Amino acid sequence: MTVRELVVRPAAAMRHRGLAPAVSDTVVITQRNLLKYVRVPTLLVFSTIQPVMFVLLFAYVFGGAVNIPGVNYKDFLLPGIFVQTAVFGSMQTGIGLADDISHGMVDRFRSLPMARSAVLSGRTISDTVRNLLVVLLMTGVGYLIGFRFHGGLLFAVAGILLAVLFSHAFSWISALLGLTIKDVESTQAASFASIFPFVFASSAFVPIFTMPGWLQAFAKVNPISLAANGIRALTLDQKTAHFVLGGSRWTHVWQALLAIAVMLVIFVPLSIRAYRKT
Amino acid sequence: MRVLTTLLTPDEGSARVAGHDVVSDADEVRPLIGLAGQYAAVDETLTGRENLVMVGRLYHLERAEARRRADELLERFNLADAGDRVVKTYSGGMRRRLDLAASLVGKPLVLFLDEPTTGLDPSGRLELWGVIKELVSDGTTLLLTTQYLEEADQLADTIAVIDRGRVIAQGTSDELKERVGGDRLELRADDPEQAEKAAQVLSDLRSGAPMVDQATGRISLPVRGGATVLIDAVRALDRAGIPISDLALHRPTLNDVFFSLTGRAAEAEPEDEAAEARGRRGRRP
Repeated sequence: MTVRELVVRPAAAMRHRGLAPAVSDTVVITQRNLLKYVRVPTLLVFSTIQPVMFVLLFAYVFGGAVNIPGVNYKDFLLPGIFVQTAVFGSMQTGIGLADDISHGMVDRFRSLPMARSAVLSGRTISDTVRNLLVVLLMTGVGYLIGFRFHGGLLFAVAGILLAVLFSHAFSWISALLGLTIKDVESTQAASFASIFPFVFASSAFVPIFTMPGWLQAFAKVNPISLAANGIRALTLDQKTAHFVLGGSRWTHVWQALLAIAVMLVIFVPLSIRAYRKT
Repeated sequence: MRVLTTLLTPDEGSARVAGHDVVSDADEVRPLIGLAGQYAAVDETLTGRENLVMVGRLYHLERAEARRRADELLERFNLADAGDRVVKTYSGGMRRRLDLAASLVGKPLVLFLDEPTTGLDPSGRLELWGVIKELVSDGTTLLLTTQYLEEADQLADTIAVIDRGRVIAQGTSDELKERVGGDRLELRADDPEQAEKAAQVLSDLRSGAPMVDQATGRISLPVRGGATVLIDAVRALDRAGIPISDLALHRPTLNDVFFSLTGRAAEAEPEDEAAEARGRRGRRP
């Protein structure tokens, strides 16, 4: 028997192709990433303490100086906090990928007969799951300080889902950063430096109309504003939503979904391409 | 190495692993190979067992099969007791063993080891060598890269010496050593003035011109015939009544080969000098 005869095992080779193995690979990688968060509780603790600090900072330190007619500031603030939490949390995607690259895990994965997409999808999904937990935690903190959902249970769930979906889209931007930079500390620094202006020059914490005109122009199309307003449209009651945001409730929801779709369409292919090149 | 394991697409040229092209048939190559890297690619925050089960699942083994295979490998690599500990707590040698175990989960036909013992202490290195030798004797094809020439000597049937990106020599360890001129008998006469006379006494044994250092009494002469040369040398010197203080048969190491091929020493000298002393040594009683 020649080596070639020994080697050709069509049945074995077939098993590695198709959708089912790709889904299974994604599940395995997702589980592995989530297990890491459980194993390193300090990471989870500190990534939740920070958003809690932001809630308290804005609700009690800056909040008194912010006067938005027609709405309780805490009801205005919390959707913004959801988005900020989701965006900061999604930065973990790039950091995690850079960590896997620098520790040789990506080389290991790429030498295996697994779906190439699973490393990226497993990473973004596990970070989305973690972000869901953090957003739920923020909801709890919000309820303690006086935030309420005013649109009913269904809209409350939709609002939280919108925040989580937005974090997923941002995870792909973060993935591109991590895959291009490949170093944990640099990715961390680059992520926060690039995300800060977007988070603060937005309607996340304060209404846009107090900003200078040029900044308003940016803040209006900033995806973080669109997401925060989309969530507000679902958590405020209809009258308040119309008074604070203007326009129809659904316009804001659609704009948020559109922002998410545009981000995914741009950054998923770019990240996949960057992964192929590493 | 990265091209052969499908991690990198070559700029030019082609390569086949186990009959499959690494570029066009990469999907066929991956199930057949195992890779263990220079930087142990195991997940520090998972346990040893979790690492192996994860790799097994990514080879698309059933959950139960992946667990069974993990247990088997932990047992074989002497990690069964540490299997449920987080890898962060492992020693360097244990990590390398786990890395090697992970590369074997898919029962590879061809195993790639990229500097498997770099950074290990001598005992860790010997331990890993033992495991690797066992794998090869079980029929696994091994491609190994190493900076330690001693390691190539120990583990490899065929050695390719690469200097600045080019293969400068290729062959078995013995063939390569033959190129630098075989064995040398080295001795030192107690009385330097007798060195020349000693060289003459030994002239029957030599296979080339001897080198005699009059100042120190050191003599070095190329010989053939292995260890019996030592006995003959001792007899001849004893008969002639020349006292000597050192007598050794020096077999060239791959370091000598590298040195003679490139005109400079190998870039990384083995840290472990004891393992280097492979020449059979004799001493006058």
